[in-house]
Amino acid sequence: MTQETNSIETLVKKEYKYGFVTDIESESAPAGLNEDVVRMISLKKEEPEWMLEWRLKAYRHWLTLTEPKWPHVKYPPIDYQAISYFSAPKKKGEGPKSLAEVDPKLLETYEKLGIPLREQERLAGVAVDAVFDSVSVGTTFKAQLAEKGVIFCSMSEAVKEHPELVRKHIGSVVPYTDNFFAALNSAVFSDGSFCYIPKGVRCPMELSTYFRINASNTGQFERTLIVAEEGSHVSYLEGCTAPMRDENQLHAAVVELVAMDHAEIKYSTVQNWYPGDEEGKGGIYNFVTKRGMCKGRKSKISWTQVETGSAITWKYPSCILLGEGSIGEFYSVAVVNNYQQADTGTKMIHIGKNTRSTIVSKGISAGKGQNSYRGLVEIRKGAANARNFSQCDSMLIGAQCGAHTFPYIEVKNTSSRIEHEASTTKIGEDQIFYCNQRGIETQDAVNMIVNGFCKEVFKELPMEFAVEAQKLLGVSLEGSVG
Amino acid sequence: MSNTILEIKNLSAGVENKRIIKGLNLTVNAGEVHAVMGPNGSGKSTLASVLAGREGYEISGGEVSYLGRDLLEMAPEERAREGVFLAFQYPVEIPGVNSTYFLKAALNEIRKHHGEQELDAMEFLSLVKEKMKLLELRDDLLKRSVNEGFSGGEKKRNEIFQMAILEPKLAILDETDSGLDIDALKVVSEGVNKLKGPDNAQLIITHYQRLLNYIVPDFVHVLWDGRIVRTGGKELALELEEKGYDWIIKQEAVPA
Repeated sequence: MTQETNSIETLVKKEYKYGFVTDIESESAPAGLNEDVVRMISLKKEEPEWMLEWRLKAYRHWLTLTEPKWPHVKYPPIDYQAISYFSAPKKKGEGPKSLAEVDPKLLETYEKLGIPLREQERLAGVAVDAVFDSVSVGTTFKAQLAEKGVIFCSMSEAVKEHPELVRKHIGSVVPYTDNFFAALNSAVFSDGSFCYIPKGVRCPMELSTYFRINASNTGQFERTLIVAEEGSHVSYLEGCTAPMRDENQLHAAVVELVAMDHAEIKYSTVQNWYPGDEEGKGGIYNFVTKRGMCKGRKSKISWTQVETGSAITWKYPSCILLGEGSIGEFYSVAVVNNYQQADTGTKMIHIGKNTRSTIVSKGISAGKGQNSYRGLVEIRKGAANARNFSQCDSMLIGAQCGAHTFPYIEVKNTSSRIEHEASTTKIGEDQIFYCNQRGIETQDAVNMIVNGFCKEVFKELPMEFAVEAQKLLGVSLEGSVG
Repeated sequence: MSNTILEIKNLSAGVENKRIIKGLNLTVNAGEVHAVMGPNGSGKSTLASVLAGREGYEISGGEVSYLGRDLLEMAPEERAREGVFLAFQYPVEIPGVNSTYFLKAALNEIRKHHGEQELDAMEFLSLVKEKMKLLELRDDLLKRSVNEGFSGGEKKRNEIFQMAILEPKLAILDETDSGLDIDALKVVSEGVNKLKGPDNAQLIITHYQRLLNYIVPDFVHVLWDGRIVRTGGKELALELEEKGYDWIIKQEAVPA
């Protein structure tokens, strides 16, 4: 056994590819948070009064809350007064009216990241909204989407252009009273994406938002809202990167999804925030609240996440299954290497009759990483014939990492059926040797074994992103086995 | 004299202060089939592991040359790419990794190593079809994950199938016959026989003689206490079957 641990633990660090900083003049609010800062953000965004009121209520509520301590993660206390709550690339005069007016340096950044915003160069069939620090820098394909009645724009724009829709739905799934970070986000959210799919429309392309933190000492607090009306269908993907910095940066986002009768929302995340260096210095604190409401009958919300970045990840994309026969799904791959920590999972709240949910979670721990799955399956009294299937698998690479599982199951209806399967495996020297003996070198063998382990989740991702996710996994684990 | 593929000289090896192989000599030439037989604990599997480069073994003396190169200096994957193939006694399961994908990756690594063009999916599939006939393999095995949920016989057959695709110079079969019923044994043996050629060699490690009813070796070696104590033709295997290992071991203790 000693032989095995020795050889497995030779850790080499792969450089974080997205760690560059864009040299762009930005306008940041001074560090600190008070009502004036909240007002300033609202003013900058030229928001209506109701929005400001809502922010202020959230801020006041936040003051009464304390940071949650129950996640299985460790980090020094966060000084909320040392963070700047707003940063925006400086605009020349008026804001950009079209992509042609966006600062070329910003477009360059996105190109470096492989996210071309110029429409002629864009990925076929994917509309992109890009959020740089706190503001959206441009949304592609707006016109084509508008033909179908699909609204896809930045949250700031939505507040101004579609106030009735935003007002109706914002906070309806994640109220500002929900938790500490949701309250904070509600008070200071800067931008994010808004999608509205009208009745009966199948969104003609993948929608995608790309989040980038650039400025230092800033938090990023975006808010995404997706509303799918009756019988509509949308597939949405978000990607995230940040520069390498020594200090930790806070990212506290809120995502709300609303699905009406027979509507379907597929939400995929490839999260690759800067994870910190091999000594655990720096990296993003990714404290996110994501929740979907299956409001209508036979509606469906499916979360797929591939989490490879961030120093600390704390998120539970959840589904409230209110509508009769609605379906919630959660497919997750969470990777921790070096000193990364993740406490992630889902909540499936079954309220309506004949609701169904599926949870497939794959946790991979390498280096000194700590990975926890935390999930709640709750069957309320009226949820007759509800069904849940959960599968939580952990894979350990090396002997210094950890995998933990915290499944909570609450059943208040006797006609429901719940299945929970769990496994923990250690990537075996035997498996690696078997691959070696066939001519495959160790790093490729690890990638192959890990990708095999995650297969059930990858197949849920849209094609082009599945390939991306596999590569990302390879990079994240590079050097984890010597 | 024919081309030497493998030459083991006075090899000593073991694990953590325990010597298992104690001064072993063996020469294998192209076109030859060698059987290494011996009771449990004689060092058969250790020999296979050391030749393939499995970690955890200590080489305390001797040398192994493979096609004129120092085999012990080569990384396991390099040995594989240079044509050393081990058919595992216990093939490992790799969940979620498709068998065909795995084998294609392996073959292309070997081809790359030799400066040959990698095969694309179509070329590879036609190669697979051709070799599958050889082993009467059910094609659904190739749609499944590597060895996952395979029966013992299927795993062994899959090993020989991989051997057929990878076309090694030196194939080491580590107790391939263990756990096989008679039908599977026949199929596996036929496969091995068909893969025999003038440019390659096979080293068959086995406990029992019965595999040698189907694979006819040019040489039979008896391994006991880490050394080859007797070498003969195929008739030696039959004699062993009849008289048991004790017969040789006794003779060994009291040299004639």
